[in-house]
Amino acid sequence: MTRPQLRLAPALASALALAFVAGFPLAAQAHKAWLLPSETVLSANGWITVDAAVSNDLFYFNHQPMRLENLEILGPDGAPVVATNQNTGRYRSTFDVNLVTSGTYKLALINHSLNATYETAQGEKKRWRGTAAALATEIPADAKNVKVSETQGRIETFVTSGKPNDTALKPTGVGLELVPVTHPNDLVAGEPVQFRFVLDGKPAANLEIEVVPGGSRYRNEQNDTKVTTDKDGLMSVTWQEPGMYWIETAVQDNKTSVKQASFRRATYVATFEVLPQ
Amino acid sequence: MRAPLCAVLLGLAAPFAGTPATAAELNVAIEIPRLEVAEYHRPYVAAWLEREDQGVAANLAVWYEVANRKEGTRWLADLRQWWRRSGRNQTLPIDGVTGPTKPIGTHQLRFSDKQAPLATLAPGKYQLVVEAARETGGREVLRIPFEWPAKSAQSLSAKGEHELGTVSLNLAP
Repeated sequence: MTRPQLRLAPALASALALAFVAGFPLAAQAHKAWLLPSETVLSANGWITVDAAVSNDLFYFNHQPMRLENLEILGPDGAPVVATNQNTGRYRSTFDVNLVTSGTYKLALINHSLNATYETAQGEKKRWRGTAAALATEIPADAKNVKVSETQGRIETFVTSGKPNDTALKPTGVGLELVPVTHPNDLVAGEPVQFRFVLDGKPAANLEIEVVPGGSRYRNEQNDTKVTTDKDGLMSVTWQEPGMYWIETAVQDNKTSVKQASFRRATYVATFEVLPQ
Repeated sequence: MRAPLCAVLLGLAAPFAGTPATAAELNVAIEIPRLEVAEYHRPYVAAWLEREDQGVAANLAVWYEVANRKEGTRWLADLRQWWRRSGRNQTLPIDGVTGPTKPIGTHQLRFSDKQAPLATLAPGKYQLVVEAARETGGREVLRIPFEWPAKSAQSLSAKGEHELGTVSLNLAP
């Protein structure tokens, strides 16, 4: 993905790695990545179109497109669904999805990658990014000070045709995920919403979540708020205004799934549609 | 639609002496207003009886483009409250409930407690809810609270401001 990333000098990276082992939440990225579906509540099976972009203002595609290589769509039976008409343009990517059966679909861009810094035998500082399989072959055997970090990121949105269900919403148990208490396509202005966040399948307590409503161009304040999950990983919020909402949260710790990695960063981003009463 | 059946039932009930001869009635009149707009489409309308817990006790009528097999159901979600509280759990069409969109004018729905859905309606506080959504137009919801069974004859009404005219609820115990 072409998400802007913090570039850290190796020494700083190590220091931060030690500091973050305790599990401090990571500050949000400067730019916001998002998926924006044409609608989220449908009363007949049919097509939707989705935008995927990275920008500062929500939900305006005026900066960078999201790449779609890691797009995964799960249908109401949990099986993968194909995205058609995929296109990456100057400022946004778009794709279409044919919702052929009723139920809830989960659309996600999943980033599971490794970043490494190391020094060559000659002392040259290098950076590397890739998969666990490539790690062994692409970093020279005589490299020194190899520091590997793992990224597990999800950018999601949800669409339901007909009666909602939750088969597609079952967590995979890797990284940060959202599990409904309130169904994500049952959001109405003024009604309390509860979502549970899990990290590697277990409730993620004390997670700080940033919430930003869409339409930022037409107001004078960001109107971003922070919500913290309770000891059971529950986020509770009431959205008074209808519209599209964006949330982001992240965790950094040393619970990597790749043994060469010394710390991992798990992020979760999602777009929700809140309908009027 | 409903009126002839109701009349037949009342006719049958009359000869039985010693038992309550008349059925309790719940009659609804829904006015689709005349609107001065450049592009007019008949509204989608849903009428239902809502319990105090906001659950739907009974669907009374749903008017949508039944004949439009390609896209008729696509706009049902615009009846936001009805869709969420009942529509998305239903298989359409619903016998005796769904029908085509209605023209401008007042349309009557008559129900007797001798048949569904009133026959099985538990006593309690309810609201008659009527929701209308119009293509290139707006959306409106009207509510009339009432108690069932009705202890006396009542004439209740609510007036819409843009998508609905007068909605009347007449109860006869």
